[in-house]
Amino acid sequence: MSGFSLPSATLLAQSILSGVFVGALYGLMGLGLSLSWGLLRLINLAHFAFAFLAAYLCYQLASKGMDPLATLVILVPAFFVLGAALQALVARFAITPFNSLLLTFGLTGIVEAIIQTIWTADFRKLESSYSPMKFKVGALYVPIPELITFAFAVALSFAIWAVLRYTDLGKALRAAAEDAPIAAAFGVDQRRNALLLAGTCSALASVAGVCLALSFTLAPSQIYAWVGVVFAAVMLGGLGRALGPLIAGSVIGVSEAVTMAVTAPSWAPIVSFTLLIVILVLRPGRVG
Amino acid sequence: MNRLLKHRTPWVIAIAALLLAFVPKLGLPAFYDSLLYLMLHWIVLATSWNILSGYTGYFSFGHGAFFGAGLYTTSTLLARYDWPFLATLPVAALVAALLGVALGAVAFRVKGVRGELFALLTLAVTFVIGTIVGNTPLDGGQGVSLSAVPVPAVGPTQSSTFYLLALAAATLTVLIAWGITVSRFGAGLYAIHDDEDAAEVLGVPTYRYKLIALAISCALAGVAGGIHALFLSYVTVGEVFTIAVPLTVVLMSVLGGSRHWAGPAIGAVAITALMYSFTAADHAVAGKAMIGAILIAAILFMPEGMLPRLLKNRRRSAPLLSVHKAAAMSAAAPAPAGAQGDVLLRVRGLHKSFKGVRALGGVDVEVRRGEILGLLGPNGSGKSTFINLVSGHYTPSSGTVEFEGRALGGHAAHRIASAGISRTYQIPRPFGHMSVLDNVALATMFGGGVGNPDEARALAMRWLEFTSLQDKAAALPDALNLHQRKFLELARALASRPRLVLLDEVLCGLTPTEIDDAVALIRRIRDQGSTIVFVEHVMRAVMALTDRIVVLHHGELLAEGSASEVMQRPDVMTAYLGNPHALSSAHA
Repeated sequence: MSGFSLPSATLLAQSILSGVFVGALYGLMGLGLSLSWGLLRLINLAHFAFAFLAAYLCYQLASKGMDPLATLVILVPAFFVLGAALQALVARFAITPFNSLLLTFGLTGIVEAIIQTIWTADFRKLESSYSPMKFKVGALYVPIPELITFAFAVALSFAIWAVLRYTDLGKALRAAAEDAPIAAAFGVDQRRNALLLAGTCSALASVAGVCLALSFTLAPSQIYAWVGVVFAAVMLGGLGRALGPLIAGSVIGVSEAVTMAVTAPSWAPIVSFTLLIVILVLRPGRVG
Repeated sequence: MNRLLKHRTPWVIAIAALLLAFVPKLGLPAFYDSLLYLMLHWIVLATSWNILSGYTGYFSFGHGAFFGAGLYTTSTLLARYDWPFLATLPVAALVAALLGVALGAVAFRVKGVRGELFALLTLAVTFVIGTIVGNTPLDGGQGVSLSAVPVPAVGPTQSSTFYLLALAAATLTVLIAWGITVSRFGAGLYAIHDDEDAAEVLGVPTYRYKLIALAISCALAGVAGGIHALFLSYVTVGEVFTIAVPLTVVLMSVLGGSRHWAGPAIGAVAITALMYSFTAADHAVAGKAMIGAILIAAILFMPEGMLPRLLKNRRRSAPLLSVHKAAAMSAAAPAPAGAQGDVLLRVRGLHKSFKGVRALGGVDVEVRRGEILGLLGPNGSGKSTFINLVSGHYTPSSGTVEFEGRALGGHAAHRIASAGISRTYQIPRPFGHMSVLDNVALATMFGGGVGNPDEARALAMRWLEFTSLQDKAAALPDALNLHQRKFLELARALASRPRLVLLDEVLCGLTPTEIDDAVALIRRIRDQGSTIVFVEHVMRAVMALTDRIVVLHHGELLAEGSASEVMQRPDVMTAYLGNPHALSSAHA
């Protein structure tokens, strides 16, 4: 292939590092998606639109002088309510998993139109005090916004993993996902738990959105650019598993970054999707 | 073919297409040609998508890839090899179909790849193909320009040529989509949608049918792609291999009604008109939001689509079929190939383990023609595994199954069904969207080998009468109570004219009077020529019905003989009731 060249060790290491950072954002985006799909059977395509809406709101508030991270105080509760409301609607109409995908696709279109109306279709970039910050480890640059994303992704993934594994709420959620009527017979209030979880998933989308605003340029059309890769991370990581998206996201991020460094950036998409296809075909039991 | 021409629908479609072909003569402004072209273009894409995804329920998000394969085939042949445009269309169809078959051959082999996973797999393929096309000389990342390619003079103007080509493609697609719904093939696809395992057991070659449906669907999408290449005259990867094409066709089909052949076409016209009116009036953003809102409303209030909702009232009053014709059909009995008392089914050393857990450990059983063999044993003794192995639902770990002297072990379930073995499920598994009559007709068509759906329905009516379900023929299975659902399960098993029927706890959950009915029915099944293997816990029925019983315990054969004799044996009593000492100590 033209453009095939072996990069220097430093360049390769820097690629791997940036791959880990991008992968962490894949994982953070995928976390809420995986939980709502695996535990609620709600395939929430609007998760991406929510993340972008949060990113734009963060951008807006930051441009008014607010610290981008401080916007989480407003965004997290607001998106919690939004997610719970969506779940209430889905539960009220007893929507099948597949129709939930279509429903949330419709919702994505509406959110995209709202974003485009308020912020136009132009690219927007959040310029915060974090943007220029970075430090050097050996020969490698570590940008602070990406490091914040990484920290959020790791901390939240482990926190949710611990909640699902060790608390009564987590056990009730997993039991209800396995067999809702039996869980209900054992006193699990699935309606309340589902609202709680759906709210949490959307709140996670808002955190991902803030991280997105910290290190990426925003445009309404970009909503769809994330769908494929994040879905791949969710499927590879296993539905409803808290640590899955983070691990799979990192694997995808690193392999993409290395592909880009070794060949051309335009080849990057092939990595995640080939991985996904191979896993789906060889080990379909791993997901679903 | 003659049978198809008796219907009114294809003539209506053909005449409508013929009338539409005169539209260019009206001399409308060119932009109408383009709008109509786009409507027809989406009709082809949505309807072709629906042939696999609507009928079988395997939602493909890869329609963009198949459409793109056709589009790039045509543009490559035009731009690099100077082919005449019309000659490229069959090649575009072929390339898209081959891509689909290659994908399907892998995806459908894997048992776990169903529904959502298939959707994601096809989505992933879209991006992989897109990346490959964009990075190779097929596109090269720059896009392909076809502005130098002459447009064939099919119509009076260039825009009318595209309109006429799309009209031809749409007519062909809609005719194919309709033809499938009234064929045996279509009945098999609908059965796959409702319950793929049950369909396979009733004799539907599910793997092959899914592949054929996918191939047809892809070929038509490829044609649409080929025409669209020249229509766009400049093609880029970024606009073709996206999630937009699949999502749009899903939207159109779901909105129109994906179980009906005309649903996607109606959805396509509605959505295209809507999109066009918003773009034309320069409200593209509002249009996007409006389409989203319409989709949400459609999912919430019409989850089955517009068309089924409109047709609901009409269909209820429509006469189902002439029952007199059904009654007049001869009661063709299964041809007994051998004498009573011969060995019909010979099972040797049948063994099945699930990841190291042994469910059945080397069982030898013989079933003789004309008998009712009771298969007994406590829960977990391997009875259902035995049925699942003989019917082909599971593949044996080792051992042989021989039916009428032919080895059947490891064969696909649909081949076993065609060989003359049918089964019932302990928990009835009717096809939820098909009428009771069509549920039975499906078995007649596949396991029973009756090719003509009308004939199959007439024969199926006989089996409904046999099981006293004739009054429920037009009802959906949901409307039946458990007793009736069990009888429907029986009617479906019998409709394929099996020589051997495997009954898995048909009496479980029935009231004593219902059991009496069922026992009488099972006697009649045997009397009309079928041999029966009967898994049951209701001892009264076992005693009344069976000629011989076989008792399984922990996956092994414990006893064999007449019911009254075997059930007296102390080891059998222990297996069923536990150790008497253990019992008394447990109560102490």
